[in-house]
Amino acid sequence: MINEAAVERHSALAVETRLTVNGHAHTLYIEPWTSLLDLLRENLRLTGSKKGCDHGQCGACTVLLDGVRVNSCLCLAVMHDGAEVTTIEGLGGETHLSPMQQAFVDHDGYQCGYCTPGQICSAVGMLREGHVKTEADIREQLSGNLCRCGAYPNIVAAVKHVMTAAAAGEGGAQ
Amino acid sequence: MNTHLIGTDVNRIDGPAKVSGAAKYAGEFFAPDMLYAYVVSASVTHGEIKSINIDKAMKVPGAVKVFTHKNRPHLPWFDRTYLDEDAPIDGSPLRPLYDARVHHNGQPIALAVAETFEAARYMATLVSIEYKALTHQTDMAIAIHEAEKVKKTNRAGIEAPPKLRGNSAEAYAAAAIKLDKEYHSPTEFHNPMELFTTTVVYNSDETLTIYDKTQSVSNSQLYVTNIFGYSKDEVRVESPFVGGAFGSALRPQHQLFLATLAAKVLKRSVRLTLTRDQMFTLCHRPETLQEIRLGADTDGTLQAIHTETFQVTSRYENYFEVIANWSGLSYRCDNVTMEESTVAMDTVTPGDMRAPGAAQGVWAIETAMDELAVATGRDPIELRLQNYADKDQNHDKKYSSKELKECYRQGAELFDWTRRKSKPRSNRRGSTLIGHGMAGGVWESPQMPAAAKASLSPDGTLTVASGTSDIGTGTYTAMAILAGETLGLPLDRIIVKLGDTELPVAPLEGGSWTISSVGTAVTEACKAVSKKVLKLAAGLDNSPLKGASLKEVEFSEERILLRSDRSRFVSLQAALAAGDGKPIVEKAKSGPSLLKQHGYKSFTHSAVFAEVEVDEDFGTVSVCRIVSAIAGGRIINHEAARSQIIGGIVWGIGMALQEEAVTDHQLGRIMNHNFAEYHTPVNADVHDIEVIFVPEVDDIVNPIGAKGLGEIGLVGVAAAIGNAIYNATGVRVRKLPITLDKLI
Repeated sequence: MINEAAVERHSALAVETRLTVNGHAHTLYIEPWTSLLDLLRENLRLTGSKKGCDHGQCGACTVLLDGVRVNSCLCLAVMHDGAEVTTIEGLGGETHLSPMQQAFVDHDGYQCGYCTPGQICSAVGMLREGHVKTEADIREQLSGNLCRCGAYPNIVAAVKHVMTAAAAGEGGAQ
Repeated sequence: MNTHLIGTDVNRIDGPAKVSGAAKYAGEFFAPDMLYAYVVSASVTHGEIKSINIDKAMKVPGAVKVFTHKNRPHLPWFDRTYLDEDAPIDGSPLRPLYDARVHHNGQPIALAVAETFEAARYMATLVSIEYKALTHQTDMAIAIHEAEKVKKTNRAGIEAPPKLRGNSAEAYAAAAIKLDKEYHSPTEFHNPMELFTTTVVYNSDETLTIYDKTQSVSNSQLYVTNIFGYSKDEVRVESPFVGGAFGSALRPQHQLFLATLAAKVLKRSVRLTLTRDQMFTLCHRPETLQEIRLGADTDGTLQAIHTETFQVTSRYENYFEVIANWSGLSYRCDNVTMEESTVAMDTVTPGDMRAPGAAQGVWAIETAMDELAVATGRDPIELRLQNYADKDQNHDKKYSSKELKECYRQGAELFDWTRRKSKPRSNRRGSTLIGHGMAGGVWESPQMPAAAKASLSPDGTLTVASGTSDIGTGTYTAMAILAGETLGLPLDRIIVKLGDTELPVAPLEGGSWTISSVGTAVTEACKAVSKKVLKLAAGLDNSPLKGASLKEVEFSEERILLRSDRSRFVSLQAALAAGDGKPIVEKAKSGPSLLKQHGYKSFTHSAVFAEVEVDEDFGTVSVCRIVSAIAGGRIINHEAARSQIIGGIVWGIGMALQEEAVTDHQLGRIMNHNFAEYHTPVNADVHDIEVIFVPEVDDIVNPIGAKGLGEIGLVGVAAAIGNAIYNATGVRVRKLPITLDKLI
């Protein structure tokens, strides 16, 4: 699956970088100008992280970097040597969804699905931050993740469900 | 397991793939030794390329080729070759890299191709171009003086204005109440979240497998085969998932052309993704100016409607959408004139964007109706009921169904319309002005020819397939629900395939016609399968179904039951065991029944209610609540249907308050070409939204009675919000979007 040859092929300036992605350790040779998003999508073929703007304006590329939500399009991969990255694929697969992923299915928190991995990673990171108490908080703190289909009310319902369940001790924040 | 799911809340069957990253979009397929391409966009608006130098670009490590108009392969000169299913007939489609001419700012003029994405992107910055710039015009206020009247239709399904009724000029002159206003709507961009991408896989036998972001795989295939001289057997187009489109992927976009050209010449697989900035050089909702005159009696009875509409098009294609006609459709009035004109400018050709034409046309007439309510002192709902039309006024035809009155009633009740204070600025909480407004919405419900295939395996697994598209609309799930209902199968026994030119041909995914067209074809294919299953079941020894016709049985929960005595049945498993061990495969082609639909017109309707809060000092607007009551025929998947309407409402909020592409007319270029500056609603902009589906039975619109909901959720929303803002502030804004500077 991993196209590490492609990473190395034209990389006289490639820099050795160690990344743990979804629990798998990789030693990669990466050109300094490669974004974490492009590395994930094109080289590691983890296409669950989406490119919607490449400018940090839409949130579709949100991943968890050492547990913190970031726009992976704004991260140069070489700057994160030794980091742990969790992408949507690392949260749960099609047949073993995490609670947040399942909540998005149950509340129809998407339509086209393109912003969805970023919404879910962002929601998981947001709940970990621990500043969200109300629906209004969820709306505000998920406003870095655009959804052009306009699924916002359902996204909020899904996140609220997970937040409430976590508070009641029914499951983890993910 | 329940197999009667129509009208219930069904989670999308493609949901787990979408929330886990397993759903593959056009830019997520890989091929060995795949190249990456990057577009170089024109930086002038009108002119010619004097010189183009690619030497520096070709020195980048990993560089493979820079395609320009100078070194491109032979391309067809005949512009008809470039037509696609959704193209305007008048004009010449853009032919990328064809010659040195620049027709619009951002036009693709070169394509950098490299071994990596980063190298291609860097190469694109090193292509140096000299232009001979010619004068351009991108300002509608000036270009409008060269407007051309639309006299005939130039695109399938797009109607020129109907002939005038009565004498609107005389009736207007004689009317007690006169309104004469101009309504202006800006250029808007679709901005689906997924960037426009094509991955062309160059197969070892020199055929192509193309993963395209498209609302019609067959339209992409038609375009590629016509231009590049392939046969249909040589080009397979797939599009299993589309990251939003909203009309922008109806016509092939230039990344399809360029990626295919590069793959063909280089004999290698190629991926081309446009940037968000470049997507502001694609099709868009055209800027419009609508002049509306309403004449009425003192009680608000309409006596005259005169609508003159101007919409921008490009200089190379005479695109137009139906804007004026909506003003004459829905209200009873004997004297109506509707005129439509296009204004050609140096821009890219506009294109269909969610509820094309109705979004702007209904906004204007529904705002004007609110102004008439104010002028006559009538309640906005009462005024609409007074002028209510039981027939399509433009075509003088009956509606196949129209439960709009029920929308008004149920919507008003849930919204608690009675608490609205009709006098503007009379409802406030401190410095927050509160306003309530409403508007109606309407969109057409056509059925198009479509084909589908159903294949029932001996193990009772059903595969239904159609070359349609699911752009987030819920097509996968709706097809499964309809198939399950017809054959008595639970969803986990059903596989749905779509977005592939190997599958039976479906129409473009647009116009809210997918459920009525593809849904009908799927249902008919499954019905054909059920006939064969019944034959097997009836042929069993001592079968309780012996001699029973399809009408006398019911397929339910993997059984075939006798309707007259439901205790008598044959299990599906038993029936299939009597078969020859091969799948039962049936294809169906469906289309509108001219006999049944003769004399009728079909539309979806809505009544939208909005509550806004406006800060008196700063003019900031918050849409606290929207209630939308929809008459959309039979609802197939209540959950996805509700989501569709919510999505449309969010679009309406964007249209009312935020969305506007701003052009620097000196440069002829849109300046806010990114998400930071072209504002669309974010989560914090969206508050309470409630959706009502009013029961509406319609056996004329199509055999399944579903009308399609892709557009109706949006139509009328901007007017309802604008009317609520007027109610809050006393300020009537007739130029969208309603930004704070227009309120303070």
